[in-house]
Amino acid sequence: MNNEATGLFPNVDWEGMWQATLETLYMTGVSTIITFILGLVLGIILFLTAPHQLWENKVVNFLTGAIVNIFRSIPFVILVILLIPFTIFLMGTMRGANAALPALIIGAAPFYARMVLIALKEIDRGVIEAARSMGATTGTIIWKVLIPESLPALISGITVTAVALVGYTAMAGIIGAGGLGYLAFQDGFQRSQNDVTFVATVLVLVVVFIIQFIGDLITAKIDKR
Amino acid sequence: MIQLSNVTKQYKTSNGPLTAVDQVNLTIQDGEIFGIIGYSGAGKSTMIRLFNGLEKPTSGSVIVNGEDISKIKGAKLRAARHKISMVFQHFNLLWSRTVEENIAFPLEIAGIDQAAKKKKVAELIELVGLRGREKAYPSQLSGGQKQRVGIARALANDPEVLLCDEATSALDPETTDSILDLLRSVNEKLGITIILITHEMHVIRKICHRVAVMEQGKVVEEGDVLQVFDAPQAPVTKRFVQQVTNTVGQQESIEQIKEQYQNGKLIKLFFVGSKTEQPIMTHLIRQFNVDVNIVHGNISPTKSGPYGTLIVQLAGTDEEVEKAVAYLTAEGIKSEVMSHE
Repeated sequence: MNNEATGLFPNVDWEGMWQATLETLYMTGVSTIITFILGLVLGIILFLTAPHQLWENKVVNFLTGAIVNIFRSIPFVILVILLIPFTIFLMGTMRGANAALPALIIGAAPFYARMVLIALKEIDRGVIEAARSMGATTGTIIWKVLIPESLPALISGITVTAVALVGYTAMAGIIGAGGLGYLAFQDGFQRSQNDVTFVATVLVLVVVFIIQFIGDLITAKIDKR
Repeated sequence: MIQLSNVTKQYKTSNGPLTAVDQVNLTIQDGEIFGIIGYSGAGKSTMIRLFNGLEKPTSGSVIVNGEDISKIKGAKLRAARHKISMVFQHFNLLWSRTVEENIAFPLEIAGIDQAAKKKKVAELIELVGLRGREKAYPSQLSGGQKQRVGIARALANDPEVLLCDEATSALDPETTDSILDLLRSVNEKLGITIILITHEMHVIRKICHRVAVMEQGKVVEEGDVLQVFDAPQAPVTKRFVQQVTNTVGQQESIEQIKEQYQNGKLIKLFFVGSKTEQPIMTHLIRQFNVDVNIVHGNISPTKSGPYGTLIVQLAGTDEEVEKAVAYLTAEGIKSEVMSHE
């Protein structure tokens, strides 16, 4: 903090800022990957157990729908606090980037599951029927029809979710998870070091833009419609 | 052989049960092209899905290739479906796959190895006339080309039965004919039984051997295409027959003809079947002392011979004209006098 005291951002500790950026990327990356898998599984269950679908099942559909809706409705800040005991049980600590992961995933997966459901509903029913008429198993239909045919929507959905997760990491920062949000709040806001807040914010924006750019690029590349 | 016995399919709806298929009995022979015609809501979409178990009947049995499709489940049903494939009105191709990948899809499902798959796909592309378009995506194809992919895909596992669900209804007339020609050649070359549903008499006339007419879930008429055309019994069949005999504006033109040709008799002749191939008109003119003037004609080839109507003016003495008409009747051509002068 003292070696750069005369620069444009006198209070910015670049080493710490880089560390925080890596933490944010780590939390966002890991939680996005797990959210993608978990949300996909939940979304597919929601889709296939709905009326007139292959696994039509009122009970499973209702329960899955209820879980998704409940966790999607709880404001993230509150979810983080509610999950403290669970996190301590799972991770053994409340501090550090890893401790933020359970809350991030549990907050984002139901959100993404809904997007998966919307994406799957967009698939032409006729294509699923065609696969059934060829004697495809449900597994084949999931892997070779549902996922490939909705992939652009699944990718743009996970992009939106990943951007939301960057925001969530900042909130998770409040309970001590680290990252750019934590830095902006603790070192920037609490200590009235506006330059720190500013740099942290710009870095968050850069991360978001990069995620969005990559997401759009992949979506455009795979969409052959 | 395919046999439907007492098949009924009911759906539960909020307005009580809806009977989509009602006590249907049908027998379809191996290697024939069997058409099911009906207006929308007649139950034909449900009907065609009974043949591959996409719909299960509420009662009755559906025997295809010796197995009761309505009773088998799981792996057995899936294996049966490899041999009963389906072509769809809206093609139902996977947009994420290229032409060749779409055609390979049923082969992947059947677990065919890579080399055999590649060979089969190439053959099918050749068969349906899509060479050069292997790497195209469905979005880059015309409707007719998409349906060719649909047909190639349906033929991939060497099926014994091909179900066509309004396969040409989304296509323009010209493309419809080329797809129908393709289906006919598939039937002739590969000996595949084809069951198709349609609301267009044209489709039945062009490629079907036998036809069943459906209305409100029931088969109201069934038989040889020409027989059904020749002597339609049910009102709905008559309406379908009119689709092809009464071309647009024909009624008006008949009025005009009556006015224009006031001499002699105006006679409408009904040609049904192979007789039309004989030079009947030539015989008529040579044998009888009548003048024949062809006024209006509408004859088209069908799977079992030409079919259509011809309006002629016969001028001559009453006696000769009567003899001429008697000759036509003897030759199996029905006639209907339209005007007396």
